[in-house]
Amino acid sequence: MDFQPADEQRALRDGARELLAARFGRDRLRAAVDDPTLDRALWRELGDAGFFALRLPEAVGGVGLGLPEAVLVFEETGRALLPGPLVACQLLAGLVDGVATGEKIVGLCDAVTGPGGGAAGPVLWEHPADCDELISVQGAEASVESVGGALAGEASVAETGRGRVAMAYRSVAARVSRAPFASVDPLTPLARVTDVPCTAPLALDVPRLRREAALLTAAQQLGSAARTVDMAVAYARERAQFGAPIGSFQAIKHLCAQMLVRAETARCAVYAASITGCAREVTGAKMLADHAAVWNARDCLQVHGGMGFTWEADVHLHLKRAWLRAERWGTACDAEEVLAADLVACGGGL
Amino acid sequence: MDLTYTPEEEDFRARLRQWLGEVLPLLPAKPAATDWPGRRAYDAAWQRMLYDAGYAGLHWPRDAGGQGVTPAQHLIFLEETELAGAPYVGANFVGLLHAGPTIVAEGTPEQRARWLPPILRGDEIWCQGFSEPDAGSDLAALRTRAVRDGDTYVISGSKIWTSHAEIADWCELLVRTDPEAPKHRGISWLAMPMDAPGVTVRPLRTLAGSAEFAEVFLDEVRVPAADRVGAENDGWRVTNVTLAFERGTAFVGEVVACRRVLGALARTARDNGRWDDAVLRRRLGRLSAEFTALWRLTQWNVSASRSAGGAPGAGGSVFKLRYSHARQELYDAAAEVLGAGALDADHTWVADRLSALSYTIAAGTSQIQRNIVAERILGLPKGR
Ligand SMILES: Cc1cc2nc3c(=O)[nH]c(=O)nc-3n(C[C@H](O)[C@H](O)[C@H](O)COP(=O)(O)OP(=O)(O)OC[C@H]3O[C@@H](n4cnc5c(N)ncnc54)[C@H](O)[C@@H]3O)c2cc1C
Repeated sequence: MDFQPADEQRALRDGARELLAARFGRDRLRAAVDDPTLDRALWRELGDAGFFALRLPEAVGGVGLGLPEAVLVFEETGRALLPGPLVACQLLAGLVDGVATGEKIVGLCDAVTGPGGGAAGPVLWEHPADCDELISVQGAEASVESVGGALAGEASVAETGRGRVAMAYRSVAARVSRAPFASVDPLTPLARVTDVPCTAPLALDVPRLRREAALLTAAQQLGSAARTVDMAVAYARERAQFGAPIGSFQAIKHLCAQMLVRAETARCAVYAASITGCAREVTGAKMLADHAAVWNARDCLQVHGGMGFTWEADVHLHLKRAWLRAERWGTACDAEEVLAADLVACGGGL
Repeated sequence: MDLTYTPEEEDFRARLRQWLGEVLPLLPAKPAATDWPGRRAYDAAWQRMLYDAGYAGLHWPRDAGGQGVTPAQHLIFLEETELAGAPYVGANFVGLLHAGPTIVAEGTPEQRARWLPPILRGDEIWCQGFSEPDAGSDLAALRTRAVRDGDTYVISGSKIWTSHAEIADWCELLVRTDPEAPKHRGISWLAMPMDAPGVTVRPLRTLAGSAEFAEVFLDEVRVPAADRVGAENDGWRVTNVTLAFERGTAFVGEVVACRRVLGALARTARDNGRWDDAVLRRRLGRLSAEFTALWRLTQWNVSASRSAGGAPGAGGSVFKLRYSHARQELYDAAAEVLGAGALDADHTWVADRLSALSYTIAAGTSQIQRNIVAERILGLPKGR
């Protein structure tokens, strides 16, 4: 047991951080705020660097790494606030031609149906205008009983839902009817899918896809939560009031300390979930990472004073993205109910 | 990042499990919470069983009488003993987790030979005489004086909040040996026998009704200079060795126990109808994620300390901040499950709810931990 990242894992993370700093620095970030159209050239570079093919076997041109490595890389994309359907492209790289190399961009939407069979909520689509294809996963949300089963071991496709099999379908983006709306996150255009098409079915393990989407999203939240700690600390060191850096005031110090505690707790949850792949741990990790990202951004905003409330400072970009991600692939409310049901079913073992 | 254990570690786990299964039924009945001599005897008996089976001082170095196991094996030990319902470290806490490690790190060969074996065998109980009425968070402001008289120190002053003082044989005592020096520089670390003439112990009642800590008055107590650990006036550094250990792995078993309590809370709520309350249900679900994460954070810190040569780092403060708060939330949730039953002070969950209130205070308050995180980890400037 050595839970700390190995040397190669650290190198991978540092490499991703350097690449993103060079190719998506502050200027590019602010340019994307004004025009969120995805940069195809950058996307292909990410493809070349292996962002999408990371987990594909080397025999088919992939990098042959696992979920823990994907999580480390995705944490860096969260730090850099890199926009785009990164989670979708990472998860579908082996299934849709051209995605692994960054030639093609695919979106992913979850058309979960509630226990009664109707839609559980609006079906969201990120960056609809930039996607070549939309993959929609459909099928009843797992009932509490079947979630209990899934938690105990590997879930099979047929296990979810009340007798219905969750399925994935691919559709040409242009054929999907959608209703764009003003996204709260200026870097992530959004639309509601108004009529979920069921064209060509895709053979994939939907429960696993949902679990991995939640985990990679959590990794991005973690990156954002860690970044806002750095931003708050840097500002607290440089901004002076009453003749002293504001970071010497205990009220500010304690805000920063709590931010670090949130980020580090979420880090352990997310990394552990990437190793065990266990549904319970993924669910908990997503919830803790969502909380860390949202509340660290809030506290970072407070540390920045009036500057924190401006469009000019980057703090709001972290907060808005954190809000968006918290809505995707399992909300806190869903997670709490699932984990509560698991406590009754399985007791409180580790 | 690897959470699997090696075959040797799994083998260690299997042998430990088997041993626990054999010996736990042989333990005498647990004494009442207020029967302090009984508790001492019980905790000492358990420590002796560990010693005889080669499980005492597992992570201490071999040349200090320990077993020199890996941090992972130590973690397995703490996890398995808790899962099996074995007794806690109890009255041996200070000896095994504070004074002992300090003597291991800083003691002379004679001091190690004198004090470590009885700690490992459970023969001698230690207490910690650090805090004073006017020196709590600001520990370095302590005023208990030790004046040199030939080869002995003559000590006068008073200590407070000394856990287990009534049943302890020895006290790791911080005293001021140079009143002229800056406050961190004039402190020394002494081992004081609790039955020395001039030592008076007056028990204090906690809000839980028990008498687990005490005031200790010192009136011209004579302690040989040979029983000072570390150099004269170097006690602050020596102490920080001890405090770091305190925040290391001290709570591993409790995290395991908290998850078990959580499972029991869920089942109780299911049985008594409180489960229909979605707010309560969701609270328990959230705590489940919380304690899983705390367990992972423990493994993270243990792995980090291995690369740092065994000393627990500032990660201990991160853990303590999060854990002490989570523990209080757990027992607040327990009170909600119990409803009016939470007014029955004899219920274990209620007793634990009361004792949980000390977690954000003892061993450095949450405010002090946040100062440590902000200044030592985040590098924010010192201030008022
Ligand atoms: C159950 C229990 C067992 C204990 N056992 C022992 C023992 O065996 N041996 C021993 O030596 N001690 C022991 N203690 C003492 C413990 O270490 C102290 O209580 C603790 O360090 C706080 O000191 P204090 O009580 O003097 O509070 P104070 O230091 O007076 O603190 C009062 C309040 O002021 C805050 N405060 C103080 N300074 C600052 C600051 N710089 N910044 C922000 N806030 C600040 C504190 O956080 C707290 O909220 C025990 C305490 C408890 C509760």
